[in-house]
Amino acid sequence: MSTAISIDHDDHHHDIPHGWRRWLLSTNHKDIGTLYMIFACIMLFSGGLMAMLVRAELFTPGIQFLQPDLYNNLVTNHALFMVFGAVMPAAAGMANWMIPLMIGAPDMALPRLNNLSFWILVAGGIMLIFSVLVPFVPGGGTPVNTGWTLYPPLSLQVGMSMDLLIFTVHLLGVSSILASINIIVTLFNTRAPGMTLMKMPIFCWAWMVTAFLLILIMPALASGVTMLLFDRHFGTSFFNAAGGGDPVLFQHLFWFFGHPEVYVLLLPSMGIVSHIIPTFSRKPLFGYKSMVGAMVSVGSIGMLVWAHHQYTIGMSLAAVTYFMIGTILISIPIGLMIVNFIATMWRGAMTFETPMLFSIAIILLFTFAGMTGVMLAVIPGDIQYHDTYFVVAHFHYALIPGALFGLYAGVFFWLPKWTGHMYDETLGKIFFWCTMVGFNLTFFPQHFLGLAGMPRRIVDYNLVFTEFNQISSIGAFIFGLSQILLPIIIIKCVRGGAKASAGVWEASDGLEWTLPSPPPFHSFTEPPVVK
Amino acid sequence: MRVGGWLRHSGRTGALLLASGLSSPVFAEMQYNFPEPASAGARDIYDIHMLTMRITAVLLLIVYSIICYSLFVHRKSRGAVPDQKFHLGTFGRWAWVMVPVLVLGVDLSIAGSAEKVLHSLWLVPKDQDMLQIKVVGHQWWWEFEYLDQKLTVESRALPPEKAGEHYLRDVDNRLVLPTNTKIRFMHTSADVNHAFWVPELGMKKDAIAGYVTETWAVIDREGVFRGQCAELCGTWHARMPIVVEAVSSERFKTWLGEQQTVAAAAAAEAGADKVWPKEDLIERGRNAYNKSCAACHQLDGKGLPPAFPPIVAGLPFPAAAALTKPLEERGFFKDGKVVLGSVASHLDIIVHGIPGTAMQPWGQLNNLDIAAIATYERNAWGNDSGDVVQPADVEKARAAQATAAAH
Repeated sequence: MSTAISIDHDDHHHDIPHGWRRWLLSTNHKDIGTLYMIFACIMLFSGGLMAMLVRAELFTPGIQFLQPDLYNNLVTNHALFMVFGAVMPAAAGMANWMIPLMIGAPDMALPRLNNLSFWILVAGGIMLIFSVLVPFVPGGGTPVNTGWTLYPPLSLQVGMSMDLLIFTVHLLGVSSILASINIIVTLFNTRAPGMTLMKMPIFCWAWMVTAFLLILIMPALASGVTMLLFDRHFGTSFFNAAGGGDPVLFQHLFWFFGHPEVYVLLLPSMGIVSHIIPTFSRKPLFGYKSMVGAMVSVGSIGMLVWAHHQYTIGMSLAAVTYFMIGTILISIPIGLMIVNFIATMWRGAMTFETPMLFSIAIILLFTFAGMTGVMLAVIPGDIQYHDTYFVVAHFHYALIPGALFGLYAGVFFWLPKWTGHMYDETLGKIFFWCTMVGFNLTFFPQHFLGLAGMPRRIVDYNLVFTEFNQISSIGAFIFGLSQILLPIIIIKCVRGGAKASAGVWEASDGLEWTLPSPPPFHSFTEPPVVK
Repeated sequence: MRVGGWLRHSGRTGALLLASGLSSPVFAEMQYNFPEPASAGARDIYDIHMLTMRITAVLLLIVYSIICYSLFVHRKSRGAVPDQKFHLGTFGRWAWVMVPVLVLGVDLSIAGSAEKVLHSLWLVPKDQDMLQIKVVGHQWWWEFEYLDQKLTVESRALPPEKAGEHYLRDVDNRLVLPTNTKIRFMHTSADVNHAFWVPELGMKKDAIAGYVTETWAVIDREGVFRGQCAELCGTWHARMPIVVEAVSSERFKTWLGEQQTVAAAAAAEAGADKVWPKEDLIERGRNAYNKSCAACHQLDGKGLPPAFPPIVAGLPFPAAAALTKPLEERGFFKDGKVVLGSVASHLDIIVHGIPGTAMQPWGQLNNLDIAAIATYERNAWGNDSGDVVQPADVEKARAAQATAAAH
C-alpha cells in the first residue's frame, strides 16, 4: 500500500494546545479518544468494585453486610456502570482514536460535536453517581432496586434516585447518538481516495453497524424512561394497569433497545479481533465480505428478536414461536464470524502475543456463550433457565469475552501505536492468564447454580447453593484483583519502554500502521491513496 | 462453612466441571441440573434441555478440536509458513454458503423438536372440570385461591429457625394440589411483577398487575416441590418461596374439607358482634402483625427507613417527601418523627393502604384481625396508648369509606 504522508507537519500547522484547554476544549480525535478511555477505565473499576461487593455478600447464605435494597442497587448499578460507563465509552474511545487513522482522515468529520458528545457523557456519568449516592443522604429516598431493566411497577416505588437515573439515561442517549452521527459522517465522507466501502477496514464496518444500531435503539429507551418519569410525577398511567396502562409495554420498549444493545457492545470488539487475528496469523482475514455481511445481518436480525427476554410474560403461541426461531437464526451470522476467525488462523504462522491470546480466548469463550444462547432461545428450556443464574452465566460469558476482552485485546494491540512504546509482554501474559482463571472460575459454576434452581437478583439463598457460590466468589476475587495489572501495564507503557516502530507488529497491515508511533497530532494532513 | 469443608467440596467440583453436566447425577446432595420432574410437561422440558445441551456439546467439541489442532500445528515457532492463498480456495469461496446452511440445519432440527413441546406447554386445555388455582403475587407473599372451592391460602416464608435446612424455601401454608388432575394456574399480581416458578412442575410465568397469565400441569407423583419468586420484586424478593405439596386426590379432598371448616369457623368468629378483651386482641394482633406487617415494618416496629416507616411513635423517619407527606396528612408524622394518629385514620391506612407507596390495602383481612393489629400496634413497643379497637370499629371504618366513595 503506497502512501505519501508528511510527518514533520507540526512546523506549518498551529500548535498543540496545552494545559486544561487541551482536554476540556479538545477537538482532536486522539485526545478525545484518550479521554473516553480514561472515563471508561474509572467506570470499569467502580462497576467492578460493586461486583466484588455483590460476590462477597453471596459468599455464604444469610445477609452479611448488604441490606437487600443496597444489594439490589449494587446489582443494578454494576450493570449500568459496565454497559453505559465502561464498555460503550471504551469502544467509542477506540473508534475515535482508530477510525481516522484507518481511513486516512486528518480527524473526525465533526470535531466540535465530538467534544460535545464526550462531555455530555461525563455529565451523564456524574448524574449516575448522584443517583447511587443520593439514598445515603437523609430524605434521599430508597435506592434503585429494580435491576438495570427498571421494570415498572417496581420502578414507580423507588425514590428520587430513579429520577436521577432517568436523566442519566437521557444524557447517555444524547451522547451516544451524537457520537454515532459523527462516526457515520466520518466513515461516509472522509475516507482516503480509493478506499471504497468494501475496502474499508473491518473495525470501521463494525462501528458503522454499531452507530446505526445506536441511532435506531436509543430513542426507544429514552421514550420508555420518559413515560416512566411522567407516571412517577405527572399523573399519567402509561405503565399503571389501574389507570388503563400496561406494565408490559415498558418491557417491550426496554428490550427493543436492550437486545440490540448487546450487539452494540459486541460488534466493536469483533471488529478489533478481526484485525488482531490476521496480524498474528500472518495472513489476510478470511472472508472479508462475509464478515461485513455477518455484521450487518447480526445488527438487522438483532433488532427483531427483543422479546426473547420476556418469554414468561404470557405472549401468544404465535408470538413466542416467531421470537424463538428469529433468535435461533442469529446463530447463523455469529457462526459465520467464528468460522471466519478460525479459518484465518488455519494454515497461518501464529505467534501468541497478549492481543492474540485474548482474541483466541474470545473465540473459545464466545462460542461457548453462543451455545448456551441457543439453549436459552429454545422456549421449553428457557422456561426453566429464565431469570436464573444460568442466564447470568450466559450473558457474562457473552459480554466479558465478547465485549470487554475484545477491548483489552485492542488496548494491547494499539498501545504501542498510541504511546510509541512497547508494553511489558511478560506482565501482559500474566494479566491474561490471571484474568482467564478468575473469569472461568467465577462464571462457569453459575451455570450449575441456575440449573439447580437459584434465581437471579436474590440477596440470600438456600444452603444447597452454597458450594458453587463460594467457588464463584473466590473466582470473582481473583478476577477482580488481577484487573489491577491493567492500569499498571498501561501506565508503565505510557511512561517508557522499548521504542515502537511505525508498523509495530511483524505483519501489521493498514493505513494506521504507516504513520509513526505515536502518530502526529493531526493524523493525515494529506490524503493517502489506497489502491 | 469451614475451610476444610470447602476444600472437600471443591475436589468434587473439579470432577463435576469435567463431567459438564452430561452424565447422570453423581453427587446427589449438590445439585447441578434440573430436579427430578414431577409432570409430563416438566419431563418434556428436561428432554429438550438435555437434547440441546448434547447437540451444543458435540458442536463445541468439534470447534474446539479444530482450534486446538490449528493452535498446535499452525504456529510460527514450529516453522509454519502462512498460506496466503487459503481464502481464495474452494472453502474460501463457498464458506459463506456452506456455514450458514450447516448452521441452519442444526437450528431447524432444534427448533423443530422444541416446537412440538412448546405447543403442549403453551396451549392450556379448555376442559371445564380442571382444578383452577388463581395465583396472586404480593410484596412479599403468595396468595392461592382455589376458585371453585372458594378457598384462599396465604403463603409466607418461614423464619430461618423454623425453616431449618429449607432456609428461604419453606412456608407457613403450602399450596396443596392433587396428583393426576389437570390443574390450571392463573397468575396475577397485587402490586409489582412477580414470577411463579416451581422447577419440578416445569412452569415459570410472570404475575403482572392487570394481566392474567395461564399455565397448566398434571402432577404425576406425590411429593413436596420447592420453588421461589423468579422476578425481582423489591426488597424481600429472596423471601418469596413457593412450596407445592402434591397429594392423592382422596387426601386432597379431605384436606379441602378441613380447610373449609377452619375457614368457616374463623369467619364466624371474626364476624360475630363480640367485644374482645384487650389482652386477647393484643395476643391475636401480635400474630397477625408478625405474619402480615413485619416484612416491612419489622418485628420490633422500627421499620426500614427510608423505605418503610417505623410504627413506634417518636422514631425519626428520614425519607423522601413522597412517603412522609401522606403520613403527615393522615396525622402519623410530624417534625421529622413518627407520631400516633387517630384510630379512624389508623384503620383507614390499614384498610385502604396509601396509594402510590408500598403500603397496600389490607382490606382482605377480616375485621377481627384488623382490629387486633391496630390494637397491638397502638400498645406495643412503648406506644402504650391504651386504645382498644373492636371489630365493630373496623366495620364502621369500612362503611365510612364506602359512604364517602358514594358521594
